[in-house]
Amino acid sequence: MNRKLPFTLAVIAIAVVGLVIAVLRHLETGAPWTPGVERSVWLVEARVDFVASGEPVTASLSIPENLQHFDIGDERSASPGYGFAIVNDDGDRRIEWTRRDAEGTQSLYYIAQFTPRERPETIEIDREPVAEQVYWSELQRSVAAELLDRARQTSSTPRSLARELVKLMALVDGDQNAALLLAQAESSADLLARLLNDAGVPARRVFALQLEDARRRQPLQRMVEIYEEGEWLLVDAATGEVGVPRNTLLWHRQGRSLLDVVGGRQSRVSFSMIRQSVPATTLARSSRTDSIFYRVGVQSLPIEEQSMFKMLLLLPIGATVVVFMRVLVGVQTAGTFMPVLIALAFLQTSLVPGLLSFVSVVLIGLVMRSYLSRLSLLLVSRIATLIILVIFIISALSIIGYQLGYSTGMTITFFPMIIIAWTIERMSILWEEEGAKEVLVQGGGSLIVAIIAYLLMRVPLVSHLTYNFPELNLVLLAAILAMGQYTGFKLSELRRFRAIQEDID
Amino acid sequence: MKRWVSVPQLRRFGMLGMNSRNVDFIGRYNERRLFPLVDDKLKTKLLTQDHGIATPALRMTVTQQHEIRSVGAKLDSLSGFAIKPSKGSGGKGIWVITGRDGDAYIKSSGARIGIDAIRRHLSDTLAGLYSLGGTPDVAIIEDLIEFDPVFAGYSHEGVPDIRVIVFKGFPVMAMLRLATHASDGKANLHQGAIGVGLAMDAGRCLKAVQFNREVLLHPDTGKPLNSIRIDNWRDLLLLSARCYEMTGLGYIGTDIVLDRTRGPQLLELNARPGLTIQIANGLGLVPRLRHIESLDDRRFRDPAERVDHVMREFAPRKS
Repeated sequence: MNRKLPFTLAVIAIAVVGLVIAVLRHLETGAPWTPGVERSVWLVEARVDFVASGEPVTASLSIPENLQHFDIGDERSASPGYGFAIVNDDGDRRIEWTRRDAEGTQSLYYIAQFTPRERPETIEIDREPVAEQVYWSELQRSVAAELLDRARQTSSTPRSLARELVKLMALVDGDQNAALLLAQAESSADLLARLLNDAGVPARRVFALQLEDARRRQPLQRMVEIYEEGEWLLVDAATGEVGVPRNTLLWHRQGRSLLDVVGGRQSRVSFSMIRQSVPATTLARSSRTDSIFYRVGVQSLPIEEQSMFKMLLLLPIGATVVVFMRVLVGVQTAGTFMPVLIALAFLQTSLVPGLLSFVSVVLIGLVMRSYLSRLSLLLVSRIATLIILVIFIISALSIIGYQLGYSTGMTITFFPMIIIAWTIERMSILWEEEGAKEVLVQGGGSLIVAIIAYLLMRVPLVSHLTYNFPELNLVLLAAILAMGQYTGFKLSELRRFRAIQEDID
Repeated sequence: MKRWVSVPQLRRFGMLGMNSRNVDFIGRYNERRLFPLVDDKLKTKLLTQDHGIATPALRMTVTQQHEIRSVGAKLDSLSGFAIKPSKGSGGKGIWVITGRDGDAYIKSSGARIGIDAIRRHLSDTLAGLYSLGGTPDVAIIEDLIEFDPVFAGYSHEGVPDIRVIVFKGFPVMAMLRLATHASDGKANLHQGAIGVGLAMDAGRCLKAVQFNREVLLHPDTGKPLNSIRIDNWRDLLLLSARCYEMTGLGYIGTDIVLDRTRGPQLLELNARPGLTIQIANGLGLVPRLRHIESLDDRRFRDPAERVDHVMREFAPRKS
């Protein structure tokens, strides 16, 4: 046993180091152990990209002002070489970046923390808004009037008028009047706002951001606000729903443009966001970013990278599950860590659609592969062929799914193509060499391991711990090392060797 | 029989599990760099010739596609031969030609084939059709085994072979593998071949199992299995024991066949031998492996001494 002693000590040391760092981080930053006792905070990052043309640059981005449902805190900007200021331009809050001369591709970041309010705040309206004057062409005017007439008949309030208009605009077989106007309008939100103003209801276009955890490169969505009985109400121009959905952030109200860039071209803005769990105490001192734990934590990275790390930090959980299932339970899997990748893909697609699409892609691939094997191609070209076929299968499934009205068809693209191609190749060789039964055993084993890993990764506590305490992965590492030295029986061997019972009696 | 066996039962039996095999034996006694010696049959073959270990003689190797055209003339001098892919596994791609009939060749199944079929088969082999992972391969053409008539009626189609586990040069456990109709002529236990555990002292049948259950008669021929006894048992163990010096691998499975005239012949080696041999023997490997580990290596430099030691030490206990 002496030979194993240094190893055992090392394993224990790794685990202890991980735990100690985690405890220190907890004491220092107040990061909680469980996701329950904290408030979720949205970190939103707006990224402005443009190509500077070598002249003085002024970029100005509209940013949220008084929000009914969110507190704005800790606004920052990451933009080396630029001066920046937050200015208030007649109720329109904007961030302005300026630089004497810049050339080439530029990326500017505005980062802010949004904390959902416990109860919505009423926003004072200083002067009663009036409906804007709307200018229509001759033809448009008569068509709009007719459309408004129809909507008015079935509505009583500004709110219901908006809903009825949306309904008319969204009719599947198409209201001809609405279709005509829509074709000439910028967007359905734009048209809705014009129609409402025309009807004497004060309405304005707004840009809203859908908050979804760990999303990158999201665009803003056009929506409409209408004025009714002393408050502004948000209307979804696509569904006609009135009121602010929980995770919608009003980013920009009508007024000036969303983004102005002087001295640059091809400007665009995109948004990344991430949900963080922060206890009220940390929230209070979130400006204190000088702590060592903050600086070496994942939280100090740009949000775009953080979203990626949120996924990456879940990988060790999957790896541990694979080791556990293979070494201790004795489940056979096709490819050592393929189950982890499948599990990660499931996180994006959710379980049942992911499972269905994965199984169907692999099955179709196996059928195609059986034709390929008749051509006796070399291995490399066989796999390359399979990759192309897999892309075709996935595109076909996505299109069919979309036509049938399932948007989940699209999510198959999250599966790593090359992994799928290899899976098909291995399964097919297995089929030829060991028969269909072995394919079922190993394929089923892989899926079971993937599902277990997926279920674990989805537990809020698990993702909370791996993300807020990355050092806990050292504990997983220690567990994996320890399992690597396990020389006892696998659970499956208790069944495999059942025949020996006759011999020991 | 219960559906599950408990860990204490397995311990009492001395069963070697897969984790223990991988970590305690393969990991500790088999150096990674030596694996290619046994994974590539051509390398094994050349090594056996250097060490004077009996094996079916290598007649020819085909390494390049262009050599295939002239192969017909070279085969003319052979009456029977076997074609094997060097990196094949599980008996795939092995063709056994038992004789000639004019221009035609006769396969072990009785089918008559022309030289064209052989050329195509060689071409497929070189392209990697039978090798693991489809990597390019080499075809080996070697002498035919004329298998010992003692096995007549014991094997369906395939050649019966004897698997001996050799640990640090000591043969520790042996099993005869008989192909059946269910295993499709293959000597692969999980496909339904019969495993016959052999007593280490004289090569007698201890027990026979098929699909993890004890069988008494061969399911295809009806011959009683418990009357099996291997001739030349000591020579066979000696052959397997010498593979340790040959490869340097501490834990291997040796596959041996008995030739009618030439005696035991080494067919191939396996660096990750399976565990089912323990069920066929009704005995666990662990006590035997521990016994070998406790021995002083310096006392057993000579394979013959090691064989004598195991024949004495591992003889079935009279009960």
